[in-house]
Amino acid sequence: MKPSNESFLNVHSIETFGAFDGPGIRYVLFLQGCPFQCQYCHNRDTWSTRVNKMMSVEEIMNDYQKYKSFYKKGGITVSGGEPLLQMKGLIELFDRAKSEGIHTCLDTSAACFSVKASEDFKKLMELTDLVLLDIKHIDNDIHKKLTGSPNTQVLDFARFLDELSVKVIIRHVVVPTITDDPIHLQQMRSFLDTLSNVTAIEILPYHTKGIMKWKELGLIYPLPDIKEPSIESIEIAETILKRDYRFRT
Amino acid sequence: MNAWRGFKEGQWTQSVNVRDFMSLNYTEYFGDSSFLQGPTEASMRLNQLFLGYLEEEKQKGGVIELDTDVVASITSHGPGYMDKSLEKIVGLQTDKPFKRAFHPYGGIAVAVKAAESYGYHVSEDLKHIFTEYRKTHNQGVFDVYNSDIRKARKSGIVTGLPDGYGRGRIIGDYRRVALYGIDFLIQQKKADKTTYSFPMNERNIRLREELQEQINALEDLKKLGMVYGFDLSRPAENATEAVQWLYFAYLAAVKEQNGAAMSLGRTASFLDIYIERDLQDGVLSEMDAQELIDHFIMKLRMVRFARTPEYNELFTGDPTWVTESLAGMNQDGRSWVTKNSYRYLQTLYNLGTSAEPNLTVLWSETLPQNFKNFCAKVSIDTSSIQYENDDQMRPNHTDDYGIACCVSPMTLGKEMQFFGARANLGKALLYAINGGKDEISGEQIGPKTEVLKADILDFDVVMKRFDEMIDWLAKTYVSALNIIHYMHDKYAYERIQMALHDAEVTRNFATGIAGLSVVADSLSAIKYAKVKPIYDEKGLITDFETTGEFPFYGNNDDRVDQLAVQIVERFMNKIRGQYTYRESVPTMSVLTITSNVVYGKKTGNTPDGRRKGEAFAPGANPMHGRDKSGALKSLMSVTKIPCESCQDGISNTFTLVPQALGKGSGIESADGFTYEGDIKVENLVNILDGYFTSGGYHLNVNIFNRDMLIDAYNHPEKYPNLTIRVSGYAVNFSNLTNEQKKEVISRTFHETI
Repeated sequence: MKPSNESFLNVHSIETFGAFDGPGIRYVLFLQGCPFQCQYCHNRDTWSTRVNKMMSVEEIMNDYQKYKSFYKKGGITVSGGEPLLQMKGLIELFDRAKSEGIHTCLDTSAACFSVKASEDFKKLMELTDLVLLDIKHIDNDIHKKLTGSPNTQVLDFARFLDELSVKVIIRHVVVPTITDDPIHLQQMRSFLDTLSNVTAIEILPYHTKGIMKWKELGLIYPLPDIKEPSIESIEIAETILKRDYRFRT
Repeated sequence: MNAWRGFKEGQWTQSVNVRDFMSLNYTEYFGDSSFLQGPTEASMRLNQLFLGYLEEEKQKGGVIELDTDVVASITSHGPGYMDKSLEKIVGLQTDKPFKRAFHPYGGIAVAVKAAESYGYHVSEDLKHIFTEYRKTHNQGVFDVYNSDIRKARKSGIVTGLPDGYGRGRIIGDYRRVALYGIDFLIQQKKADKTTYSFPMNERNIRLREELQEQINALEDLKKLGMVYGFDLSRPAENATEAVQWLYFAYLAAVKEQNGAAMSLGRTASFLDIYIERDLQDGVLSEMDAQELIDHFIMKLRMVRFARTPEYNELFTGDPTWVTESLAGMNQDGRSWVTKNSYRYLQTLYNLGTSAEPNLTVLWSETLPQNFKNFCAKVSIDTSSIQYENDDQMRPNHTDDYGIACCVSPMTLGKEMQFFGARANLGKALLYAINGGKDEISGEQIGPKTEVLKADILDFDVVMKRFDEMIDWLAKTYVSALNIIHYMHDKYAYERIQMALHDAEVTRNFATGIAGLSVVADSLSAIKYAKVKPIYDEKGLITDFETTGEFPFYGNNDDRVDQLAVQIVERFMNKIRGQYTYRESVPTMSVLTITSNVVYGKKTGNTPDGRRKGEAFAPGANPMHGRDKSGALKSLMSVTKIPCESCQDGISNTFTLVPQALGKGSGIESADGFTYEGDIKVENLVNILDGYFTSGGYHLNVNIFNRDMLIDAYNHPEKYPNLTIRVSGYAVNFSNLTNEQKKEVISRTFHETI
């Protein structure tokens, strides 16, 4: 691939010491722009699709190389924002990463998955070792309220990954009063039981560290009264979603 | 010979060669830590006594008892015990636990002052003898110092010169006593002495005298053994004797020398050979083996010296730097990891965490995975170990080196070093623009030139002046060290440590610098932003107004990181240009131990925005709070400092909150400590692998959160044993001054998630 005609990615920021988004220590690339508008978003500053910092695949790979000795058991994770918004550059980046033997991981909530464009998605998935799929809510109406969009494409994407047999870690943020209802969690579990490509389920406790970012942008945080979840409610979610689950090994 | 039964013979049987013995006879261990044993009843009872003494020491303001009548030597005191019936390994510096000895040879004035600052009065007779009849190191040095040195010393541009106390940083190869017994070693020394018979020039005369001193010291060591009922003339015959013999050799050194760093060497895998033989023979159990090591380590934790409060402020706490180097690679491709490497680390669980001995893991990516995991686990649980890049040390110091003090490598029994003080480059930068005048006192210290007159500081002009100033600084600093080491050899020669060296040794001349990040950031400000100097009423530049942005060292930004590289290379080149005493090889370190607080205190406002008196960053660390781009970028900046210019070490202190290492697996060990299969362990191993394969030299790993430290600051009583690593060294947090505590708390915590 010649650097001259390669794509650029609109980057929000880079974390060189990522210990939470995929196995090992990872280079985490946060991309700018997200179609979801989650009320509890902790990266509010990534929503806008305006240009933040354009980086070529070459530049990103060169930057990765600087730290590669730390990533032997890790690799690269692309997060956001919603990385799938920048499909072309993403495919090129992962293509380049795979050709260098780097483990690739995609952190997405599948906001813009469409069956119509499935060729592109297939191509991307051939280059992706692991997907971290964030399912915000199993109930379509609540999902709409919470994120501004339906969850149909999210669940479609989950099934699509299952068909392709791509390894997936399911993530679910427990937000008190919004996503912690046991009935909904049980529905989510029923859905997850239909999948055979899930290697882990991560319950993420909602946290309030993202509120600052809304304030800095002069915005009003939509969930000012929601507290961080109790240990008990996390345990309940853990039990419902994970007990006796048949994880792919 | 009974002592060597079952050992594979080699070169070591003919002449002193401990490394050859080890390589032929040790058993590399690949397994995990599950074989380790907890403390025995006796160990726990002894440890209670030990903790009781610690408490008493604190209650009494730092010293339990101080000898004022007896001059310390190898044989100066009778036997001393904690509880003879419980101690598997015996021997104290004086006749009572925690009683500090009187060491006048480094300087009578300092020794008297140390005693008086704790309310003790040295007998008039002794004072008289060491002022009227017996000259000390300190007096020798001051007889010769020139006015430049005196001024530099007073202003603090050179701080920490060992001109009034023991220089330290010499590691005897204490293993030799256990392997060969003293009679064999004396024989060798006598043979060495005959080879320096002609010509009878100054060099040979000195060598012959030193060799005789060494022989006398070995004879004294035998007497020390007798005092406790052991015959050290012969080699050790079993594991208990091997530990005991080795400890007596080390004890002799700390009885006679109050050195600034009294390091132990690399003893674990040597002793493992004896333990392994006894285990095979069925005369020792794993429980017994751990008990031996626990008791030995406890003794090392008890080493005490009489020192002045100023000294403790400079070096932080009351350090002895009993550094023990663990693991590393054998040049034949095996690692030096043995079960005993694990046992040493296990003492941190059995006896509780501790600053001493300063456990140092010589890290290589190729160490056995299980051992690497165990080290990471111990780091996470205790923050009590430091790491050095074995792959970087081995080519220059063979595969049998030990670390002296924090980071200085030396081949055991074959290399020693002349160390002392650090040049304050932050101050040198201020002298450069102030025409050699001190920014605080206003006195003329450096060579006199005009104060720089400018609206905005020009980078090239400042650099040229800085270069000229460090020319003078290097000359003055090296001259001082030459005098100090000449006099120390003459008046306070380390006869027992040198007796456990070869006759011909390589001497390194180890200089040091302080304020690297302050100078790099200051130069960056001058180069990339606008720095306006502010003149005081005397016409000196004492403050700065900086407008615009500039890059800070510690963010993997070459614009400023390369300035740091340049500073280091320039100063090292200046050092290389000087004459160094006794054909020593000039080296340099970027480690401020913990004295970065004191160096900062003596330095005025700097162009990077640091205020007068504010602490420097320790070692090669970026300045507190300025490495904002995350942990790896901070580490990567430090790896750029060229080791070729810093053969004596580049220290880096890395502090993480545990959460930053990843989400735990939720599995806990039964003992409540970290599970070795935990993701945090794996990630820390990867950080260490990554840092060292990227060319890092040294890393301290602190894992705790800021809240815990703030709580420890406010409630010291709640954390009596909180050990933290500070630039190359672990200290007990409660022993720090409030200023030092604040500095540690303000140091960057990496908690990016």
